[in-house]
Amino acid sequence: MEHYDVIVVGAGHAGCEAAAAAANLGSRTLLVTMNMATIGQMSCNPAMGGIAKGQIVREIDALGGYSGIVSDRSMIQFRMLNLSKGPAMWSPRTQNDRYRFSYEWRLMLEKTENLDFWQDMVSSLIIEGERVAGVRTSMGVDFRARSVVLTNGTFLNGLIHIGEKQIGGGRSGEKSATGITEQLVSLGFDAGRMKTGTPPRLDGRSIDYSVMVEQPGDEHPGKFSFTDTQPLKHQRSCHITYTNSEVHDMLRTGFDRSPMFNGRIRGLGPRYCPSIEDKIERFADKDRHQIFVEPEGWDTIEVYLNGFSTSLPEEVQYAALRKIPGLEKAKIFRPGYAIEYDYFPPTQLTHTLETKLVKGLYFAGQINGTTGYEEATCQGLMAGINAHRCAQEESPFTLKRSEAYIGVLIDDLITKGTEEPYRMFTSRAEHRILLRQDNADARLTPMGHALGLASDERLRKVEEKHTNVSGVRKQLEKLSLLPATINPYLESLGSTPVKQRLRAVAIIPRPDVHLADMMGRMAEVRDAILSVTADPETIQQVEILIKYEGYIHKEAEAANKILRFEDFKLKPDFNYHALESLSAEARQKLSHIRPDSIGQASRISGVSPSDISVLLVHLGK
Amino acid sequence: MAPATAAGAGAIAVIRISGKHTFSVVEKVFSPVGRTKMADAKGHTILFGRIMDGNEIVDEVLVSVFRSPRSFTGEDCVEVSCHGSTFIQKRILQLLGSHGCRMARPGEFAMRAFLNGKMDLSQAEAIGDLIASTSAAAHKVAMHQMRGGFGRDLSALREELMNFAALMELELDFAEEDVEFVDRTQMKALVSRILTAIEQLIGSFELGNVIKEGVQVAIIGEPNAGKSTLLNALLNEERAIVSEIPGTTRDTVEDELVIEGVRYRFADTAGIRQTADTIERLGIERTYKKTEQADIVLFLFDASTYTPQQVKMELNALRQRMPDLDNRLIAVANKTDRTDVAALAEFTPFNAVIISAKEKTGIDAIKIRLREQLDLSALQEDQTIVTNTRHIQALKGAQNALQEVMVGLEDLIPGDLVAIDIRRALYHLGEITGAVSPDDLLGHIFSKFCIGK
Repeated sequence: MEHYDVIVVGAGHAGCEAAAAAANLGSRTLLVTMNMATIGQMSCNPAMGGIAKGQIVREIDALGGYSGIVSDRSMIQFRMLNLSKGPAMWSPRTQNDRYRFSYEWRLMLEKTENLDFWQDMVSSLIIEGERVAGVRTSMGVDFRARSVVLTNGTFLNGLIHIGEKQIGGGRSGEKSATGITEQLVSLGFDAGRMKTGTPPRLDGRSIDYSVMVEQPGDEHPGKFSFTDTQPLKHQRSCHITYTNSEVHDMLRTGFDRSPMFNGRIRGLGPRYCPSIEDKIERFADKDRHQIFVEPEGWDTIEVYLNGFSTSLPEEVQYAALRKIPGLEKAKIFRPGYAIEYDYFPPTQLTHTLETKLVKGLYFAGQINGTTGYEEATCQGLMAGINAHRCAQEESPFTLKRSEAYIGVLIDDLITKGTEEPYRMFTSRAEHRILLRQDNADARLTPMGHALGLASDERLRKVEEKHTNVSGVRKQLEKLSLLPATINPYLESLGSTPVKQRLRAVAIIPRPDVHLADMMGRMAEVRDAILSVTADPETIQQVEILIKYEGYIHKEAEAANKILRFEDFKLKPDFNYHALESLSAEARQKLSHIRPDSIGQASRISGVSPSDISVLLVHLGK
Repeated sequence: MAPATAAGAGAIAVIRISGKHTFSVVEKVFSPVGRTKMADAKGHTILFGRIMDGNEIVDEVLVSVFRSPRSFTGEDCVEVSCHGSTFIQKRILQLLGSHGCRMARPGEFAMRAFLNGKMDLSQAEAIGDLIASTSAAAHKVAMHQMRGGFGRDLSALREELMNFAALMELELDFAEEDVEFVDRTQMKALVSRILTAIEQLIGSFELGNVIKEGVQVAIIGEPNAGKSTLLNALLNEERAIVSEIPGTTRDTVEDELVIEGVRYRFADTAGIRQTADTIERLGIERTYKKTEQADIVLFLFDASTYTPQQVKMELNALRQRMPDLDNRLIAVANKTDRTDVAALAEFTPFNAVIISAKEKTGIDAIKIRLREQLDLSALQEDQTIVTNTRHIQALKGAQNALQEVMVGLEDLIPGDLVAIDIRRALYHLGEITGAVSPDDLLGHIFSKFCIGK
């Protein structure tokens, strides 16, 4: 069969992004999936983004990935979360049409040059010496390639639990994949089990929305992509309802048959995405839990019951559901279930997501112990880029913790590993204020462009925005306003009026002052800004940079301090066992993880500040 | 290798040898009297024998054997207890040196102990202080710190701050979920409580420093007021140059005295007066400097020649240069053997101690006043006293960050920005007690709140 540069196994979020990146960069790429009809499937909730995750989607888009565009084209609702907080917390989130999302991904991939498809299950890897050389499928077909990206999701030895029933499968109604785990373990890889769950899907016609609280989209909806995708004109709403003690009592009747509690599930599930039975058990004093009723698309009547993930027997699910206000007559289309699957502790990877054991082999997504579309997608992008660069014998591409959430995520995974499905939070980033959704393009598009992934047009837009931001800023620094001009606006905000002429730039740091409002109230301000640009994103960027200047500076300084330790490089073949002054645990952990800098070493759990001092002493620093 | 006992001759001296080849090197110069050879000796045992230079006996010694990792440094270690003569010590060190030992650098054993994980940084620092402590109070502070008292106090503070940080992060990362948040008033109360505790610790530094470094006492006054005589009376020895010619003391002379467990360091100074003599003028300038740095100022005047007006004028002149003088001033009226009682009564408003340095009367009264000048209540109540400069910098960093947190909470600044300062505060406290990682915060959050859709 044909020779490829890069083979991507799996066509979920990670696989699609990996295949697109490798092919767009010029590698001859093959995407192998068990089912061509489920490319880009949203296996869990029909939504993209959210707090910390929305920032990741923006970063992917800024680098030249496709997830932002696909999400924009399939969204049915847009909300910017956390607007009442500082700009680091503003997080875009969309509800998506599940079917459109998948369809748009397939279209994007079909239009991608250098990309071939093959429907089959990969049963083993072809390994030659210490390198991967291709894959073998269950039909016995061999495909050769210089690098391979595995994005198997929940399919490796996937096992579905509903009550006491166990069904082999990678998703509801889909077969699991076998063979790869066993082969990798025989090669010396560590493998583990994880668990995740999903709620029941309901018939929207059987729901009484009138007793629920409506949650509409934003009045002025935004979007993910920095390209010219269109924001929504019409949106669909979600609805909020609550469980109650009757629901909880009903659920408890099934606990003895719950695979969560009777020990049948061995894999560890995510703490922040607990099943409803878990919530009731762990937080017994809470008498209600929030449930979001989310539409699955523009046209479909199917709805998703966010917050009610469960693996209890389906008749218990049914009985409990019907005690929830608005769901008294609910019909279930598909019951909730839990799924167990194999993952490979990610400390076996380097910063490029390449395995340390087999050269040219990359892992991305749930196989690395993460949860969430966005977490998977960005790994796919990074693995795709690096698989391409490995195939072309180019230097690796990585992102620092101070550059992107993607950098934080990968460094966390490979440095600390993860005991439970890993989800991104803004609190995981040391320098949250630098990693904002509004500046993802400024941070990453130049890098994406240098890679050859982000188009010239994207780079031109970023440069134009940059020029206009300083242009608007200069105008505001120059523009002097009379008290008579400013005071009516300040008084309307309850802000102290001014007595003397003031530069426009000086009032922006005040609470509740917004440039858009100033433009509306003061012709001088409007004319000064419009003389440079009318782009609302640019104007907002100026506002953020002026308003939060002090904090941004403080964080940038802190980031630079920490960066020094990232520059103290450690050789990958450094013999830690020879350093007797290190603690035994540190020797073992450092030899296993083989950090590439003192900075990374300091983040390994079990490596104490004393151990770091020892390393510094030995490096002569 | 290094002598582990103080320089000079004592009854015995201890030489410590540490490192991989300790036993093989010591064996070459040590011949045991009993049957047990050093190579076979168990850890924590003592061998009796002789240090031999060829066939010549250098000394009869006891050798304590410590096997890695159960030794001070964590390495194989031997302590040779020899007779205390400087000559013998030198011979043994030379002998060991000829067999491949080298002298340890200052603090090298403690550093090895630290590198081998035998102690953490603040313990290592405390050991340094413990060894250097020259008074009972300094010893008490260092012991408290070495046992981890300081770390415990800070851990409690950090724990509270972590709670606070976790709440802020919860509000940020889980805003979409149905969680209840602590209100800002409670948060402000918490921050102000932590600030108070940190301020107390910072406040203790001054006392801690005084205990560790000794209390600086400057004796000042007119030339020939009897400063040197007083110093000698206090120290009970003839140390400073004493003469009847005014201005004999040209340099500042320092000496130490321990009163009730606290060390006082006295600086005798050149007298203060207008003078044309260049050398003496330099001395006077130094006197002013010493006085400014001193924790306590002993202002000495000759009661037989001085009028209360003169005392008042001189004190006022000093106050011009040092506005806080009165907080650390003890006035002393000297030469009262030559003064009549009625004249002495006129000095009562200055609360002066009445002495005669020459006759050694009133010296104990000065000691009592010196002792009273210092508020040692914190020490008696076993409170934490900060003595380490690195610690005080970290505490000040945390204080600064928390003050900004307070401002942020007052001004209703968004939580993600307030969190920057909270993290800074945690970082600074972490410099003393160990770092806080985002995982710690997340762990905190998940253990307490029901979150997740």
